[in-house]
Amino acid sequence: MADKIKVYELKNVTKVYRNEGREFTALKDINLDIYEGEIFGIIGMSGAGKSTLVRTLNRLEEVSDGTVSFFGEDIGKLGSKELRKVRQSISMIFQSFNLLNQKTVLDNVVLPLKIAGVPRSLRREKAVEMLKVVGLEEKKDSYPAQLSGGQKQRVAIARALAADPKVLLSDEATSALDPRITSEILDLLKEINKTRGLTVVIITHEMSVVEKICDRVAIIDDGVLAEVGKVSDIFTAPKSEAARRLILPGGEGNVVNPYKASGNGGRIVRIAFDGLSANEPFISNLVEDTGLKVNILSANTKSVGGIGYGQMIIELPKGADDQKVVLDYFGSKGLGITEVDE
Amino acid sequence: MEAFVQAAIIKGIGETLQMTFFGTLFSYVIGLPLGVILYLSAKGHLFENKTVNALVGTLVNICRSLPFLILLVLLIPFTRLVVGSSIGTKATIVPLTVGAIPIVARMVESSLNEVPSGIIEAAQSMGASPLFIIVNFILPEAVPSLLLGGAINIATVLGYSAMAGVIGGGGLGAIALQYGYYRYEKTVLWVTVALLIVMVMVIQEAGVRLSKRVRRS
Repeated sequence: MADKIKVYELKNVTKVYRNEGREFTALKDINLDIYEGEIFGIIGMSGAGKSTLVRTLNRLEEVSDGTVSFFGEDIGKLGSKELRKVRQSISMIFQSFNLLNQKTVLDNVVLPLKIAGVPRSLRREKAVEMLKVVGLEEKKDSYPAQLSGGQKQRVAIARALAADPKVLLSDEATSALDPRITSEILDLLKEINKTRGLTVVIITHEMSVVEKICDRVAIIDDGVLAEVGKVSDIFTAPKSEAARRLILPGGEGNVVNPYKASGNGGRIVRIAFDGLSANEPFISNLVEDTGLKVNILSANTKSVGGIGYGQMIIELPKGADDQKVVLDYFGSKGLGITEVDE
Repeated sequence: MEAFVQAAIIKGIGETLQMTFFGTLFSYVIGLPLGVILYLSAKGHLFENKTVNALVGTLVNICRSLPFLILLVLLIPFTRLVVGSSIGTKATIVPLTVGAIPIVARMVESSLNEVPSGIIEAAQSMGASPLFIIVNFILPEAVPSLLLGGAINIATVLGYSAMAGVIGGGGLGAIALQYGYYRYEKTVLWVTVALLIVMVMVIQEAGVRLSKRVRRS
């Protein structure tokens, strides 16, 4: 990705909160690059520091140490006037929408244009255009209280896009919405990313959000960057404990593996397959080719960025020799294998 | 009731309304900015400043704890300086204003505190200047609550204006005192009290309705 333009470059970003003599480190030595035009996910459990991290990207949160560069410029060094100028090209949407209840939908969308100094006559026109993008043109004279949650977030997105930002930061923007509406909002973000080439940074605690639209993802665990990479790579071969916790069935927050080997000497592994080998009936082939049986404890396939990915949790047959035969067989098929600890 | 008493009561209604109107107006001219300063300088707000907040806060608290009757007397020299006299309707507007300023300031502060912090965060993320945030985000969002507080403040000033009758202020309070109390005319006393009650109720109800009408959430 060396040829791509870096929107953000984070170097050794650390955030320490000091309160009445006590210290709390929210972010520890984070190094991260975000490139132009990508949808970058930041995922972690609640309290992991992901919201603090996204707030350092527009300096709503000051870093204690390290630098946050936006198109090569250290935003920590900006004066308040310059910072305001830069913030006009970094827009943000929130879990609680943060629309002004006393203003109409149109007047909400007009606000960033007013801040950017767009002439009065052009503001309305531009705002209506943005409402068209999110499909809410006919609601322009309504008040936020008259809208559903999904519609409110669409208005917030229209407001965020109005002043032609370079980046859109999304802080748990779909967490208050039901799955169907979440999916619609994510589709909208993806579409905006494609049609406008807008860089999108998405903060979430839901793996499904990352799977659906992100190109790359950073996993934040207890203030530390546990892993960063292409979503498909992390999905098929998670390296960190935090990533495995998020991806493995058994759910978030469930550190203990829910699957127990049924007898002595049993071993449980997780096999991951990508779009290519998903078409092959490899378990049947395994049985036919080797005569050994495996016990499928869990299986699921998902579409990640349009390509099918799948994983299975299987229990290997007893006996070290048989286990080796099975593992070698999977290895020869190019499947990713991870041991699942009991 | 004698005709001249009736005429006095009608004149008194006019004076009370006049004192209430100008007393409230002037107290907002000073109290509203003070309330905004209290809000902005508080911890975690746009212009967090411990010294300013403590200074204005203490001043407001001291003024609020003074009984209004004491304030009336204390302010006599100041009133003379401003109006040229310490008795009458015009003169009463001065202590009314001074007495209501701290109440208005606290009421405004509490209305502004009702604005969700997320809205201010959104404004900051858009790159809005602090002045822009106050004028275009915080104040408009606080309007329904400010109106509700306004009704309470008007009613308070009205009550205070009646008290000013004791030291030679005009209005219904003075009539209640002079005719009703000193001359033992119970009818006059009850009529003036009833009028004051009706006025407070009308103001309060109007404020609540207006606030509801403009509230969009």
